[in-house]
Amino acid sequence: MKIDAQGVYYKDLNNQIRSAVASGADKIELVNVNGQYFIGDGINRPVTITIKGVPGNDLGAFMNGATIVVRDNAQDNIGNTMNAGKVVVHGHAGDVLGYGMRGGRIHILKDVGYRVGIHMKSYQENKPVLIAGGKAGDFFGEYMAGGVLVLLGMFSDDPAKPLHGFCFGTGMHGGTIFVRGGVDEAKLSREVGVFELTGEDRQELEGYVKEYCRDLKLDAKEILRENFVKVLPRSKRPYGNLYCPMPR
Amino acid sequence: MKNNLKPTHRFEKDISNCGLTGFISKSGKLVEGSVIIKSIALMHDRGNGLGGGFAAYGIYPDFKEFFAFHLMYESGMALQLTEEYLAEHFLIDHHEEIPTRRNAAITNPPAFRRYFVKPLETAEYKEAREFQNMTDEDIIVTHVMRINNEIEGSFVVSSGKNMGAFKGVGYPEEIADFFRLEDYSGHIWTAHNRFPTNTPGWWGGAHPFTLLDWSIVHNGEISSYGINKRYLEMYGYLCTMLTDTEVVAYMLDLLIRKHGLSPELASMALAAPFWDMIDSLPEDERQLLTAIRQVYGSGLLNGPFAILFASNEGLIGLNDRVKLRPLVCATKDDFVYMASEEAAIREICSQPDRVWSPRGGEPVIARLNPGVI
Repeated sequence: MKIDAQGVYYKDLNNQIRSAVASGADKIELVNVNGQYFIGDGINRPVTITIKGVPGNDLGAFMNGATIVVRDNAQDNIGNTMNAGKVVVHGHAGDVLGYGMRGGRIHILKDVGYRVGIHMKSYQENKPVLIAGGKAGDFFGEYMAGGVLVLLGMFSDDPAKPLHGFCFGTGMHGGTIFVRGGVDEAKLSREVGVFELTGEDRQELEGYVKEYCRDLKLDAKEILRENFVKVLPRSKRPYGNLYCPMPR
Repeated sequence: MKNNLKPTHRFEKDISNCGLTGFISKSGKLVEGSVIIKSIALMHDRGNGLGGGFAAYGIYPDFKEFFAFHLMYESGMALQLTEEYLAEHFLIDHHEEIPTRRNAAITNPPAFRRYFVKPLETAEYKEAREFQNMTDEDIIVTHVMRINNEIEGSFVVSSGKNMGAFKGVGYPEEIADFFRLEDYSGHIWTAHNRFPTNTPGWWGGAHPFTLLDWSIVHNGEISSYGINKRYLEMYGYLCTMLTDTEVVAYMLDLLIRKHGLSPELASMALAAPFWDMIDSLPEDERQLLTAIRQVYGSGLLNGPFAILFASNEGLIGLNDRVKLRPLVCATKDDFVYMASEEAAIREICSQPDRVWSPRGGEPVIARLNPGVI
């Protein structure tokens, strides 16, 4: 099913998408999208929505099982509190990706902005994974509580840009960040430490990267050829002693 | 303090944010107003109808030697007093009503007139030039401050050469319709869609804020407004627009025009890096930034912001140092675009050569090519 979004107001577009989902569509193609907010929000069925054009903010928020494929760049706040499903972006994406995400996958081909993976969390079998193929801005993994962030730094439009920004992992107290080629330790927050991958980690990472490569038609071997490091929080309660010492 | 008989503001609140967009043709190609309207209208929902505005450069080529004063009048008395003031201090080459179109969305608009002026060689002018070392620009700034402060119900909306600001209470596309912006062509345009957070939504409080040919549109909150305002008062800048963003326009005038800082250095003063970052820089940069933070501590803008500032020199985009508001830039041929959302750029430039998000505190500077104006 194809929907032409040219000049369509976001509420009308989202109503059209929801009624297509309700009537049982498996595949929805949106063409001429430009800036419409909230696409795919709260969708509970495993439908695939393909987007041509640049979707607006809060793409895939509260999404629960659908797949969104963006053929172009995307904006801010993708996958806010997303529960399950997948967002694939064949370009770059903006700030605050995967905010409070608690399941599913976000696969971005190129650069990502500030505060990516902020307060991602996981619970039992729900383990969100966000992979950025390009470079990242400041506050990567801010207040991260669970799940997995992977930063590759390979597919950037800006070769001069550093792999990641300042305040990496600020407030991080759970989850794992894998970074291809190593991190700039001067830009890490005090709450995190850098570790080598175990065999188990490597296996886990390989699984994520292979899925990412299937979605974006990339060569997993090329990505996995380089060494990765693992960034973990030093404490589960980084601010426990902020105001007064807490009993251990 | 001015006392207005009629309330000039509404106090409703609403869930939204602010939106801004702007572009420059570095070679000075003139672009019709309809283009910027299309870009800002795409971000309609970032505002709430309590403020919209535009700044346009290159729109008055026939009067480019004159300061173009856009005046807003809340009463006939304000108009009369201001015109007397202007006649006393200025040679007025031409003046007229700013053409407007009534539309249903715009309620209670004030009156708008424009004046193309040069300072008159009065005794006061000669005193200022010869004994107080003031330039024509300094004298214009003094007059703007006096009109805004001393004439009740009269506000200078803009005062630069070959440029003008058009702003008011409404969504930006409604304000554009009201001011017939499709009739203007300029080589730099900026636009703002306002969601007033903690200051009133009134005609003077809409963006852009201007002084001479500086114009500022801003998304965010200047939490340091009080410190910035008091600092500016020491240099004769008086805040009258009841909105935090006003300080940015005056601060840039002070830093760049009066103190001779480059736009890069001025940006470092407004969005200075944190001390621990400064301490990690090479020695010369560390010394430079330390000096800027020490000298311009009261010029630092605290709080979240993305701003576009334009002048007859070019267009600059700047984020706060931790990037708490969005800003996306793009280039296409000799055009540079800056907006809150990439979609607002794509709406008027579907295939940019390059699209990127600048780092927090890192200005994006697009200058007009030499000799364009």
